[in-house]
This record gives sequence, C-alpha cells and structure tokens, in this order.
Amino acid sequence: MTEITSLSLFELIKNIKEKNISSNEVAKSFIDRSEKSKKLNAYVTENFENCLKLSKEFDNKPNFDLKLPGIPIAVKDLFCTNEVRTTAGSNILNNFVPSYESTVTQNIWNEGGILLGKLNCDEFAMGSSNETSFFGNVQNPIAKDLVPGGSSGGSSSALAANLTPITIGTDTGGSIRQPASFTGTVGLKPTYGSCSRYGIVAFASSLDQAGPMSKDVKDSSILLEVISSFDKKDSTSIDFQRNNYSSELTRNIKGIKIGIPKEYRVDGMPGEIESLWKKGIEYAKDCGAEIIDISLPHTSYALPTYYIVAPAEASSNLARYDGVKYGLRSSGKSLIDMYEKTRSEGFGEEVKRRIMIGTYVLSSGYYDAYYLKAQKVRQLIKQDFDQAYNKVDAILTPSTPSSAFKIGEKSNDPVSMYLNDIFTVPVNLAGLPGISIPAGVDKNNYPLGLQIIGKPFDEQTVLNIAYSMEEKINYKTNITDWWME
Amino acid sequence: MTIDLKTVKHISKLARISLEEKKAEKLANDMNSIFEFIEKLNELKTENVEPLTSIAETTLRFREDKITSDNIREKILKNSPEKNDDFFVVPKVVE
Repeated sequence: MTEITSLSLFELIKNIKEKNISSNEVAKSFIDRSEKSKKLNAYVTENFENCLKLSKEFDNKPNFDLKLPGIPIAVKDLFCTNEVRTTAGSNILNNFVPSYESTVTQNIWNEGGILLGKLNCDEFAMGSSNETSFFGNVQNPIAKDLVPGGSSGGSSSALAANLTPITIGTDTGGSIRQPASFTGTVGLKPTYGSCSRYGIVAFASSLDQAGPMSKDVKDSSILLEVISSFDKKDSTSIDFQRNNYSSELTRNIKGIKIGIPKEYRVDGMPGEIESLWKKGIEYAKDCGAEIIDISLPHTSYALPTYYIVAPAEASSNLARYDGVKYGLRSSGKSLIDMYEKTRSEGFGEEVKRRIMIGTYVLSSGYYDAYYLKAQKVRQLIKQDFDQAYNKVDAILTPSTPSSAFKIGEKSNDPVSMYLNDIFTVPVNLAGLPGISIPAGVDKNNYPLGLQIIGKPFDEQTVLNIAYSMEEKINYKTNITDWWME
Repeated sequence: MTIDLKTVKHISKLARISLEEKKAEKLANDMNSIFEFIEKLNELKTENVEPLTSIAETTLRFREDKITSDNIREKILKNSPEKNDDFFVVPKVVE
C-alpha cells in the first residue's frame, strides 16, 4: 500500500472503516513524519502524545459511523482548543491556554477527529506569507526559503508536506486560498455565516471565516460538511439548510454558467497567470460549462476598502489584549503605562501597523472620510457580484497575481505584500464562498491556483465545478522531501 | 494628505501602544504609503450609497437573560498574569 501519510482523507477514512489500518497507525505515521519535518516550522504546539492516546481509545471502541473516524488533524493556531495552548502566532498569547473549545474544532472532534497539533500562522492572521508570526517563518515544502503563503501558512505547509491529512484555516482576505495556491493544495473559504466564529481568535469580525484546506476537492467537501453549522454562540451564524456536500458532489456541471470578470486582468499581471487563466477557461468549457464575460467594475477598489475595514475591526478586536485577564503582561509604573508597554512588547510590527491604521480611521474627525466611505464602497463591490449573479452561476479567476515568493522578498514593503490578496479580498468583502484549486506551475515549477467564486450559500456548485475541473487539470504535486535529513 | 510624527504619536496613545522615536518615524512612513493607496476610494462618488455594515442579512437574535455557564471563575482567572483570591490585580490606580 502507498504510504499512509500520502493518502487523501477520503482514502484514509475508507481504510480505517475497512479495518485495513487503525487510527493509532495513522496517528503514528503523521507524528513520525512531523517529527522528521521540524525544519518546516509548521507546528507551534504539538499534541502528539495525547493524539496517540486518543487514537488508541478510538481503536478500542471504534465508531465507524462518524464522518472523521479516528482521523488525526492539525489545525491553525487561531482556533481555541480546550486545555491546549492557543497563540494566534503572537507573543501576547504565548502562554494562553483556553478553557473552552471553538465550535468548528468541537464539530471535528464530535465526528471522530483527533487533535494532532496547532499550526503556525501570521500573527493574528495578519499577513500573506507567515512572516509576521512570533514563532518564526514557515518553509514551503515546494522549495527551500519559499513562503508557504499566509496567514494559514503553517496549515498549507503541513498539508502539502503530508504532516496532516487535512486541516482548517481561517480566511479574512485570502488566508486560506492564497496559501493553498502557493502550496499546490485546495482551500475553501465558505460563505460568511456558514462556519461559526465562536472560539476563533478574532481579526476582522465582518470578514473572518473558517474553512477546510485539503489535498483534493472531495476532501474539502467532507470537512466542510463537518464544520459548517448554525451556532447560537456566534451572532452572525446563519441558519440555513446545509447540503451533504460530499455525497452531493458531482462532476456533472453541464450547462453551468461561469463568468470571467474582465477587471481581474490587472496591470502588471505576469503572462504566466494570464495563460493559466486562459487554460482554466478551456478546462471549464471541456467540463461542459458555458463561459460568459462579465464585469465587476469596482474590483480595483476592493483592496483599499479592505485596508480600512479590516484594520478598523482589528483595532477594536485587539483592544482586549491589555495584560490584565490573560496573555503577556509587561510591568509599568501605572495602569496606562502597563497597557502601553504590554501592547508594545506583545504585538509584532505588522499587527501594530494595522492597529494604528484602524485606530486612525476610526478616530474622531476621520470616521466619515475613511470607515463610512469604505462601508459604502463595500456595498458597491457587493452589488457588482449581485448583478453578475443574475447572469452566471459562478466566477472563475486566478487565485493570486503570482506564485510563492522568497522569504524576505516582500516583508519590507507592506503595500506590495497587500497586493497578494487582490483576487481574494473582494470575495470576503461580499461574503461569498470561494475555492482555490491547483491548476499548473510557473517557470520555476512553483504551483499556481485558480479560484472559483460562488453565490452565497452555494458551496455545492463551487465544489462541483472545482471537482470537475480538478479531474481535467490532473495536477500532480512535485515535493521532494528536501527538508528531511 | 500626510500623517506627521505628531499624529502618529497621538494615535499610538489612543491605541495604547508605546512607541520609540525611531519606530514612530518608520511607522509614519508606512502609514503614509498605505494611505496613499487607500486614497483611491475618493475617486468614487458615494453620497447616495447605503453603507454595508453586515454581510449577513439577518437581524440580531435575542436570547433569554439566563446564565448558561457553570461556575467558571477559576477557569477565567487561570490565565491572568496576576491575581489575588478572586480578583485580577493591576497596578495601583488610586493614590
């Protein structure tokens, strides 16, 4: 049999159910490989011993009716896990051990999943390269010193390197889809309100959404089915009829209308991305889809809007880190002095930058000019999509304007870093589902992704298109285990 | 519009983040380049556009005003940097 760690989630479940392998064997395989892969720096906190113990317990009393029977899973360190340290990639939460569990992770454990560990990410999910993490850079298994994308960079790295069979990330402006694109994996951001935000360390509450990251589309459909749920504990959780995404998955997309937005042909976009997109359009046609040109006229305003809305929400969400109730405390002469020193020492540069921008745009005299203006433009961006969806069922774009870049290449220029999210940010602003699937490689053999954007709550169509195109694209990962001794 | 050093220092006070002089200068530069990028929004006329405050088109739900958690005082205090019996301890605020 192929190595356990290279099996897809679907294959693992099948083998466990057919008793070809035990949960404990699976856990051992992933732990063994993770131990040999420390150079990737994908983990912040390992939960290996406990994982082995729980997998044995599962094997002693197996329940094969569960959707993730005894499957070990490592998750982004932005999800609060009961009694397991949760850092959000920040020094300020370095010693934080939650006494409660996020709804999304609880859903996974309820279906038989077992926590393997907590994965590195950009600090408070603010970044596109995992370089803002307090716990250091993460290596992309594709090539040495290449960023794995961000903010779910530990997740994409661990997944692509076969250190976990599947994982979850969070996506505020592209933090699932961009790292998936950079590592040749699949990443799905569900519709806003599908997956509960309860217990996820908050970044920008009107944009944050959790979602699956996987080796293939089918695996994402299995995990989405587990994590998508209505939750009273999240005031923006939406109570809608959820599909059985994995059993309803089909490659038959004949007659589906897919829109191609002309505004995504941005200035300076590399020829490789343009030709990838063209190829994608051909694949979609081969799958039976009808291609329709559409316009999303306010696309170029999405990033400036995002860089007002997200920092504004972040500045108020991160006000809670004051050195009093939990997290780091620095000593100070007075209460205010203690606050200021704690926050100065506890937060990294990018987080401080965003708190400052957010505080500024919300401050007296500037609110209307910036925050209100951004909310109005956000409305226009959403209306663009509403109008497009009168004509089409889904939209096809590149996932990112480039392939993965080198560590350090963009870290001194915040704006050039922000441009990474140019194709993903509009989807968050409009609250839509979007998936990135690997679709080819650039001249360096680095993966490139295509993004499929759907109507609100229509994850099924997004998954079906991705599933159908995935078969035609037939992408093969090219990972050599270079980081192992 | 440019953000000067004085503004940066004022904002850092509001954000409760202490800033060294050197860092403040770099931050001013960064913020200016980001705001230059943000100014693009002024190209759009938005007088008659309703602001989008929430993407989830639902009204906020109400619940009964009832305690749902068990006694979790200890759990809550467990992560505090400094505590005394059942209290969080902070630097002295009253002279």
